[in-house]
Amino acid sequence: MAVELDVFVGNTTIMDEEVYQLWLDGYTVNDAVKVRMEGGVLEEFEASADVLLSDTMDQYRTFQMCERLLHSPAKLANQLLFQIPPHRQAILIERYYAFDDAFVREVLGKKLSKGTKKDLDDISAKTSVTLKSCRRQHWVQFIGCDGFDNFKRVFKVVEELKGPLVENIRQHFLLSDKLARDYAAIVFFANNRFETGKRKLQYLTFQDFAFCAGQLINSWTIGAVDNMVEDMDVDLDKEFLQELKELKILITDKDLLDQHKSLVCTALRGKTKAFNEMEANFKNLSRGLVNIAAKLTNTKDVRDFFIDLVEKFIEPCRSDRWTASDMRLYLTHYTNSAHILDTFKHQVVWDRYMGVIKSCIFKMYHD
Amino acid sequence: MPGKLKAKIVAGRHLPVMDRASDLTDAFVEVKFGNTTFKTDVCPKSLNPQWNSEWFKFEVDDEDLQDEPLQITVLDHDTYSANDAIGKVYIDIDPLLCSEAASVISGWFPIYDTIHGIRGEINVLVKVELFNDLNRFRQSSCGVKFFCTTSIPRCYRAAMVHGFVEELVVNEDPEYQWIDRIRTPRASNEARQRLISLMSGELQRKIGLKVLEMGGNAVVGYLQCFDLEGESGLVVRAIGTACTLDKLSSGSAPNTNTHVHPNTAPASNACNSPSKDGKEPVFGEDLPSFSGPPTPFRALPTSSSSPPPFSPSKPCSRQSSSSDTDLSLTPKTGMGSGGSAGKEAGPLKTLLRQQTQTALEQREFPFFTLTSFPPGFLVHVGGVVSARSVKLLDRIHNPDEPETRDAWWEEIRQEIKSHAKALGCHAVVGYSESTSICEEVCILSASGTAAILNPRYMREGCLDIGSTDHRFEEPSPPSCGFCHIPYDELNMPFPAQLTYCYHCRRQKVPDVLFTTIDMPPEAAVTGKGCLIQARLCRLKKKAQGEVNATAISNLLPFMEYELHTQLMNKLKLRSMNALFGLHIQISVGENMLLGLASATGVYLTALPAPGGIQIAGKTPGDLSNEHHILTIQKRINDTITKNKELYQINPPELTEEVVGSPIPEPRQRSRLFRSHSESSDELSELDLSHGKKDAFVLEIDDTDAVEDIHSLLTDAPPPTGFYSCNTEIMPGIYNWTTGVQMFTSVRVFRLSNANLTNQGLNKIFTDLCENLLKSFYFKLRSMIPCCLCHLNFTVAVPEEELIQVAVTAVAMTFDKDQTQEKPADKPVTKGCSETEEQLQFPLELCADSSSITTQTSSKISGVPESTNVSPRVSSLERSSPLPEGRSRSLRSNRSFGGSSVPVVKMTPLSFLPGTRIIKYLGIINMFFIRETTSLREEGGVSGFLHSFIAEVFAMVRAHVAALGGNAVVSYSMKECVLMENPNKNQAQCLINVSGDAVICVIETDQESMPSTINVVQTCSSGADGAT
Repeated sequence: MAVELDVFVGNTTIMDEEVYQLWLDGYTVNDAVKVRMEGGVLEEFEASADVLLSDTMDQYRTFQMCERLLHSPAKLANQLLFQIPPHRQAILIERYYAFDDAFVREVLGKKLSKGTKKDLDDISAKTSVTLKSCRRQHWVQFIGCDGFDNFKRVFKVVEELKGPLVENIRQHFLLSDKLARDYAAIVFFANNRFETGKRKLQYLTFQDFAFCAGQLINSWTIGAVDNMVEDMDVDLDKEFLQELKELKILITDKDLLDQHKSLVCTALRGKTKAFNEMEANFKNLSRGLVNIAAKLTNTKDVRDFFIDLVEKFIEPCRSDRWTASDMRLYLTHYTNSAHILDTFKHQVVWDRYMGVIKSCIFKMYHD
Repeated sequence: MPGKLKAKIVAGRHLPVMDRASDLTDAFVEVKFGNTTFKTDVCPKSLNPQWNSEWFKFEVDDEDLQDEPLQITVLDHDTYSANDAIGKVYIDIDPLLCSEAASVISGWFPIYDTIHGIRGEINVLVKVELFNDLNRFRQSSCGVKFFCTTSIPRCYRAAMVHGFVEELVVNEDPEYQWIDRIRTPRASNEARQRLISLMSGELQRKIGLKVLEMGGNAVVGYLQCFDLEGESGLVVRAIGTACTLDKLSSGSAPNTNTHVHPNTAPASNACNSPSKDGKEPVFGEDLPSFSGPPTPFRALPTSSSSPPPFSPSKPCSRQSSSSDTDLSLTPKTGMGSGGSAGKEAGPLKTLLRQQTQTALEQREFPFFTLTSFPPGFLVHVGGVVSARSVKLLDRIHNPDEPETRDAWWEEIRQEIKSHAKALGCHAVVGYSESTSICEEVCILSASGTAAILNPRYMREGCLDIGSTDHRFEEPSPPSCGFCHIPYDELNMPFPAQLTYCYHCRRQKVPDVLFTTIDMPPEAAVTGKGCLIQARLCRLKKKAQGEVNATAISNLLPFMEYELHTQLMNKLKLRSMNALFGLHIQISVGENMLLGLASATGVYLTALPAPGGIQIAGKTPGDLSNEHHILTIQKRINDTITKNKELYQINPPELTEEVVGSPIPEPRQRSRLFRSHSESSDELSELDLSHGKKDAFVLEIDDTDAVEDIHSLLTDAPPPTGFYSCNTEIMPGIYNWTTGVQMFTSVRVFRLSNANLTNQGLNKIFTDLCENLLKSFYFKLRSMIPCCLCHLNFTVAVPEEELIQVAVTAVAMTFDKDQTQEKPADKPVTKGCSETEEQLQFPLELCADSSSITTQTSSKISGVPESTNVSPRVSSLERSSPLPEGRSRSLRSNRSFGGSSVPVVKMTPLSFLPGTRIIKYLGIINMFFIRETTSLREEGGVSGFLHSFIAEVFAMVRAHVAALGGNAVVSYSMKECVLMENPNKNQAQCLINVSGDAVICVIETDQESMPSTINVVQTCSSGADGAT
């Protein structure tokens, strides 16, 4: 004796958000039923375990049928098979494309050869994200350029599009602005192969990197100057990178370096407890930042951008116990003082460079 | 050449990849009507082709227009091999043939393949130009409107109800033709779909012709069914109620909550009985929160200056019908219309009955498929009448001669008619027919409610009947009149306990009333109603031919008896005294019979309170037994008390002495007449009244009885916040809000144990139904407070060890906080005749609320001219004219913009709460077959059926949207036949659905009438969104 067939189909598709999340998180039907029972929905509604199982199965089936549509969210809006109210469609999409920050952080920029099961298992164990959910997020497969996954889907679509990256993602995947920005950051990081896995960078969260990616996309890419070319937001502006070499004068010209230092120190004197350290380290720090700029024409150095920032700037400051406001004060004056240097002619490039560096360092300067 | 059909293929989208190499498709389209085929160009290498074809024109007879569907096939072009079919769309163009329905079909249709399901969508435009050759018009039956709705559709009024129409057509089932052995499953499925589409078209046309002959212009309560008789063929049959309907101009549709005193009250019987204060408006006042216009009913013109309303565009000849004595009612006497018999009018009552009977007997079958009626239509209700017959199928040799099947149904109908007569009734309302087929055995069933109707509604010419009505001093008040017995007290057709009506105290009522109709909205009820089901399984031996038929015939009476007993006991247990919407289904399988009776129980204020249930043991001496009995008795009493509370049944205490009527002694009685015949004309009537035994006493003398009592008590009441019923709406709930969720659920249970007992089976079956209900409550818990309405259970035994239950219903939210007092529920102690005035009321309202001069003029002529403004929802509004679920999401719907799919609501009810139907666009009647040879890959049978049902919904919605509609009302799934063979990884399913496509607008309240009209765009060309 057994229920051979059991279906429930509503004219408006019925979806329980809790069950959807369980499905997304990769729970099997039976595990999902357990979780729901523990959640107390039964007592709330005098239902039996059978009822819960039947309901969960129905919903899982619905989600599986919807998954194909979720792969290209625009289709969800004009498909005819499921009648889903728009606000519910938005929830479905947003949740489907949502990812676990810890998990993403783990694989961000990492070069995994193939999406092997072992890699997934490791990351899954480390971040306590279930394997099924990993698969949905499909990071590994993407990075190994193998398979079909949210990330690759996003990547494949935006690759062929002109116009701003974030906006393209938002429109094609009907995601919220926040999620679209996160995806843009992931695409951007993957494209430029930024190193994020080194031990020294472990303290940075995905959101730190996502913020920095946003800064870079906004100011350093081709898209920052021309918004109608392909890959405008994923490739850094080559011309700009060339021009950055000109900044070297700030450290190679001794007069300029001294002049810069005295201007900054004048402005900072008496405003911070770390003044002595700032004064002592000025030349080192300035060399560090300008050297990063000058080397960005090499792809290898672009990859090491974040590690360089940490090693050449953040770590020395941290060992001198600068506070966050010290950092703010220092970088503001450091940037502004360069404008007063009368022999320094590269103000525009300097601003474009320092604007991003400043906000990235502000974001990255924490424990 | 009476018609030109034009079709244009605009574009496709989401097409499947047909060429693996390029991941693309080279699609083109074939458009076929009759024997003519056109092709579009190939749109190479695209999954979203833009064909933008020319207009393909088909010049055809209107007869073909009615029969044939437009067939659109999407194919993938292949230079070297045969073109691959992607899928098809069948478009029924019938709605375009009626000037009052849709004028263009335009929209995205799912491309359907019987093997792969939906494969992308295609945008199509279809128009019909009919040449206004009125004579030709009448050769076919173009222009006759069809409604699945079993009441007078909400933007019409019935000028006349002509009566029963039926027709059936038969054919060979392509699935069983020899050619099926060599053709592909796809070809076979498509042949079947096409044939059934053709047969439905033909059937509808033939019924339409009958309607025209009768002088009507519409069929209401149209019920079409398929009998898949396997080897012996395919039968498509339909029944309905022919009417003459007048369209109310939607701007001036009567508003439900407005009290309008007709200033031209007819001179009829109003004079004798001063009516009560309020002219109780028809349906609306009872149900203030939904606002379809009250079923507008125009009984008789107020004066000679307003001739019978016939739209000039409808060339129905009323004169022609007068020669048709069989079908149309032309009373010889022209009198005797009084409607209800006065208590003291003994001889008059008889006279009246004779008159109305003569009136009705002139038609072959005085049957009405309607389940709810305009006020005043239903005079008395006798009880349920039903008939079943077991037949052996044989091959239909000549499709053009369906006589055998006709004769079978004729026989059954005659039986029903005679049962009704025995109950002193001249008509049968809420009439329906069904079949259950297993191999070569077929059970034909028919059931309805015997009733006495007010003949005025059926009479031609709308005579001035004022004078005759004077004789009847006190017509029954509407809130209890229908309960009064129609039969002769001294010559009762069955033993019954009669009392004086607890409402008006003037006439006799029975103690229990069973009916197949919806509860009349004006009926006075106490508390709320609830779904009551009786479930039964009976094993039978496997057998063949005559032996099998005999075995089934022998079992049937016992099943009916037990179902009836169960119903009665469950009714008592809930402390209720009437059943509405009673539907008894008996389904036959190879080794068992399933019986399922569903109804909505209610406490009618007019009927006496039911007594309790007494338990008695056979052996009074046995102490332990006594104790056991006491325990059960206590449980039963507790349940009754609990149910009274649950359903808020607190009948007012009546002082019996005032009237001196005897306190009714509880006594079970049946109003259920049945008979069965097995391949012969032998009739046998079964008295279900338990003889003289006091039926309230349940004796527990054997295990069966214990089981019965146990099953009585296992029915769990719905959880808090839920109500359920199988009628249109829940008696006792009047404040519906706009949340609506229609659903279909199917469960199949496999019995593994081969040697099951009847009790074991009963338990399994009962649990199956109960668990289904529990699942619904759980799934829909977010809608609380809500009511599951129109719960329609269908049972089947698809294979030897399988039980299939399919349910379609709608969950509707209501406002718990508002007072749930029924506004019109006033104690009517004196008879009043306000119905007469109410009948005028829609007409009056037309005038009152219309500010446009054309509409005023239409009032004078009594009919809106066809050239009147024809309101249409603009295409913009159409996409979201309804709140999705709760009202808050309405805005988000709108904001979603033009790219989104228009929302189409579906409901098995005849209305959507909170909205007003402004236009009926035509009937939706679709038949689909789906087959798979990769069952596992599609998620097993559940996955397969789940996606198929979702696909069917999608196709219904797409067709409705293409007609310009935003909702389907009176939706039903009439057939869901699933065959599976998991070992072969195969399954096949057939689904037949129907309903009425409508446009409805949100109704706020009567003050905002103009604003609701604002969303309606006047568009005289009628081609909105088309060009």
